[in-house]
Amino acid sequence: MTFFADLHLCPPIGNIDQTKQMVTKSAELGYCTLGMTFPIEVAQEEIRKAREVCKAVGVDLVTRIDLTPRRATDLLKDLRRLRRMTEVIAVGCFSKEVARQAAKDRRVDLISSPSTDPRKRFFDSAGAELASQALASLEVDMAPLLYMRGFRRIRLLAALRKEMLIAGKFRVPIVLSSGANALSLLRKPEDYAFLAYLFGLDFHEARKAFSENPQAVIERNRRKLSPDYVAPGVYIVRRGEDCPGT
Amino acid sequence: MRRRYIAVRIDSDGISDGRDVYDAVSSSILRLFGECGASQTELALIEYDQETKQAILRCSHRALDLAKASIVAVTEANNEKATVHIALVSGTLKSLRSRIPRPIA
Repeated sequence: MTFFADLHLCPPIGNIDQTKQMVTKSAELGYCTLGMTFPIEVAQEEIRKAREVCKAVGVDLVTRIDLTPRRATDLLKDLRRLRRMTEVIAVGCFSKEVARQAAKDRRVDLISSPSTDPRKRFFDSAGAELASQALASLEVDMAPLLYMRGFRRIRLLAALRKEMLIAGKFRVPIVLSSGANALSLLRKPEDYAFLAYLFGLDFHEARKAFSENPQAVIERNRRKLSPDYVAPGVYIVRRGEDCPGT
Repeated sequence: MRRRYIAVRIDSDGISDGRDVYDAVSSSILRLFGECGASQTELALIEYDQETKQAILRCSHRALDLAKASIVAVTEANNEKATVHIALVSGTLKSLRSRIPRPIA
């Protein structure tokens, strides 16, 4: 069975019934890992409840924090404070300064552009080059393509098409996520891959953006958060008295 | 001329007959690709089963990607919220019917 992950499911935090419905539906649609955004100051109790809901339907929960800093210094401050507390960090870029910092910082996993206005989207060639070196991925939410209409959707599709070309040129991994906050916006991973045709992503690339690319992000971060992680490329492989030199 | 048959499953309470499914998909094609795109798909409804909420649509094989993207983009049918999932795509009706888990009558 193929691994499919939706790294951006947005059920209303605190509404456990709706969270349960959305998680169950996602599991039915074929996702085995779900990423949920938790506000920075959320109580551990909410995370525990969400984890229980996911466990009950056999889905793996990935905790995620969305940062939308105004300046690069704010981003650095947040990263220093939060990196060890969560599995995935996504940065919504509202300025070029933040987009550049997010692209070059190895602690950032996902870069996204929440605005549909092309002048307020900052994923360009320079950012893509930095992101490909820092292993950051470009995240695209699919829900706006479903609920938007008319000129707003046209502008969004045009911007996404351009960003896909840039990401492809600089080999920046693309992660597609649902971004859904309601049941009616949830689709199967293959269905989203068909929808990605609208912004020029072919089916196989789009499928990869729901499976291999998010899987790589999750595995990398879980390895980093494990107690065996020492530094990039250095891990404790064995502990105990039988280890030479101990 | 080659064609493709698409089996879809509909999640909605607002669908009363196959005409609603066809209208929802064709208006999605029209919104996304305009009249020129809609003419290329040559969309047709083959059948709809109210009980299983499954339908079979036919389109031109050249416009398959366009039709699939439009089917997934459906968010409402008959003024009610609706979701359409693509279950299977096949080149012949016979093969499609044999592969659908719960065949349409």
